[in-house]
Amino acid sequence: MSATTLPAPAMPTARLHLSYWLGAGALAVALILLLRLIGNEYGWYAGYFVLQYVVLAAAWNILGGYAGYVNFGAAGFMATGSYTTIVLYEALGLGVIPGILGAAVVAGLLGLGTGYLTLRLRGVYFSIATLSLSVVLQTIVVNWDYVGGSRGAYIIRPMEVPPFASYGEYIFVVMLVLAVIAVGIGRTVEFSRLGRGLQAIRDNERAAEAVGVPTLRLKLIATTLSGALMGVAGAPLPFYAGYLNPEGAFNLAYAVNAIAMPLIGGAGTWLGPVIGAVLLATLQQAATVTISSALNLWIVGWMLVIFVALFPRGILGWFRRR
Amino acid sequence: MDPTVSLLLNGIVSGLLLGGLYAAAASGLAVSFGMLDIVNIAHPALMVAGGFAVILIGTALGLDPLLVAVLQAPVFYLLGTGIYRAYNHFFERRGDEALQGLAFFFGVMFIIEVGLVMLFGPEQRFLDPDYAFVTWRLGEIDVPLRMLAPALLAMAAIGALWLFLTRSFTGLAIAAVAQDPEALRLMAVDPVRIKRMAFGISVALAAVAGGALVVVQPIDPSSHHVFIGRVFAICIMGGMASLSGAVMAAFLFGVVENVTATFYGPSWSPAVAFGWLLLVLAVRPQGLFGRAA
Repeated sequence: MSATTLPAPAMPTARLHLSYWLGAGALAVALILLLRLIGNEYGWYAGYFVLQYVVLAAAWNILGGYAGYVNFGAAGFMATGSYTTIVLYEALGLGVIPGILGAAVVAGLLGLGTGYLTLRLRGVYFSIATLSLSVVLQTIVVNWDYVGGSRGAYIIRPMEVPPFASYGEYIFVVMLVLAVIAVGIGRTVEFSRLGRGLQAIRDNERAAEAVGVPTLRLKLIATTLSGALMGVAGAPLPFYAGYLNPEGAFNLAYAVNAIAMPLIGGAGTWLGPVIGAVLLATLQQAATVTISSALNLWIVGWMLVIFVALFPRGILGWFRRR
Repeated sequence: MDPTVSLLLNGIVSGLLLGGLYAAAASGLAVSFGMLDIVNIAHPALMVAGGFAVILIGTALGLDPLLVAVLQAPVFYLLGTGIYRAYNHFFERRGDEALQGLAFFFGVMFIIEVGLVMLFGPEQRFLDPDYAFVTWRLGEIDVPLRMLAPALLAMAAIGALWLFLTRSFTGLAIAAVAQDPEALRLMAVDPVRIKRMAFGISVALAAVAGGALVVVQPIDPSSHHVFIGRVFAICIMGGMASLSGAVMAAFLFGVVENVTATFYGPSWSPAVAFGWLLLVLAVRPQGLFGRAA
């Protein structure tokens, strides 16, 4: 890609980026203070639930939203992250932060490998491969006694981590930082040459290829980045729950949410996945408390189908058109 | 006979019978995914839904599951035309198949699975006809009727489909719409109507495959997960739009998977499916029996 085909981003982006990080940081601090004021342990618990979906949706959006390649295997990538944490805990007794870093590496490599094998073909092959990848990873974990097999694995989490009042608060803050970073990465991708290249691929891959966009390389960067962030979304899960089994880690609900949230919020924009995740995850958290969990998943399925049919550009796209 | 050879022979025979079931599941997909280019991720979920309908009706009326499977096919045909109507109206017409259309079928798959959980609960269900416990012995080789009867039904259904596709005008039009919908329009045939019928047929085949599945094994709402990789792998291996290719790929697949299960343990058979799929995609994306594009 030469400078003549795609002009370098104009100067003000640097200031825009700075304002994002400052704004997101201020919002994060305000959120922590607010939840401290409420002072209920459930607040941290519910907040983590929503934020993990912000990370997952932002991760899916990098490949799905910008490049138009649909990853059905979000649950598989996320569980890869969770089980990396468990392996690091069992083998070396490492905590949540090294687990996150390890998860990013392992899930990123998984994304790179899957992408390398299937992305030279049509997009649907990638989608089908990611879906079956999820099934096969689950088979492997079920047969793998070291991480507990189908019985699941326990993690004894520390009672508290010093500056924080409780472990719930600590794990919430960890996820909050991850969410700010994940959305920030998505935003940086959107305004960078990588993002423009990916959008060119989505709109017309052959034309992009013809004008010299290195399509395969950009797609591989995107799958790696997206896979790594999905792994990151799942990495703290064993510490959050204290227990994890394959059925929970590979739950199809993660895969459907990872697709539904960006599409409902507005895929291909950095803010869309955030809107979708906050909306859908809050709805599900509220519905799980009040009605059955099967019914609330059913509602998510219907919302996905209805939104893609009636508002194909999501909530953001609908507002922008008006 | 040497026990290993006998084990291998039995593995091959029951693999062929298993392949019959896979052929039933994949032939519908060869019509929708292969010919119409509609990536119906929900196909295996529709098959499992068909299986649950068979159990429900078969238990209530005391009928044979395979008979119920055939009888319910027209209802699923109508369901399929309905799904295609929505798909065409909201996605295909707008050119949104790639992202939104895929997400639509994923949502449909999810709705079916969770809907089945809400209706029947997450536990396994079964309906065993009397012949499911009979096994014919041909020398050293066991032929369980539990596997043979569904495989024969599958072959009959695929045979009927093949006759329809090659002998009737509508069938030929379905083959034509896969190649050039515009040419069909010039012949005063509505390509959307043809595609709607074809998609209905593919869903009807999913329902028949569901009946076959019930005879072979107990099912639960998440049974379709392991079939997604299998049927798409078979369809791609078979060269997409080719019915005979899909059937041959299904038999091959059944044998490889079953022999692996015999010698290395059944818990590894889903890994075989995925390994094959990746291998085919990486080495021969046009399929084992397909022609190079």
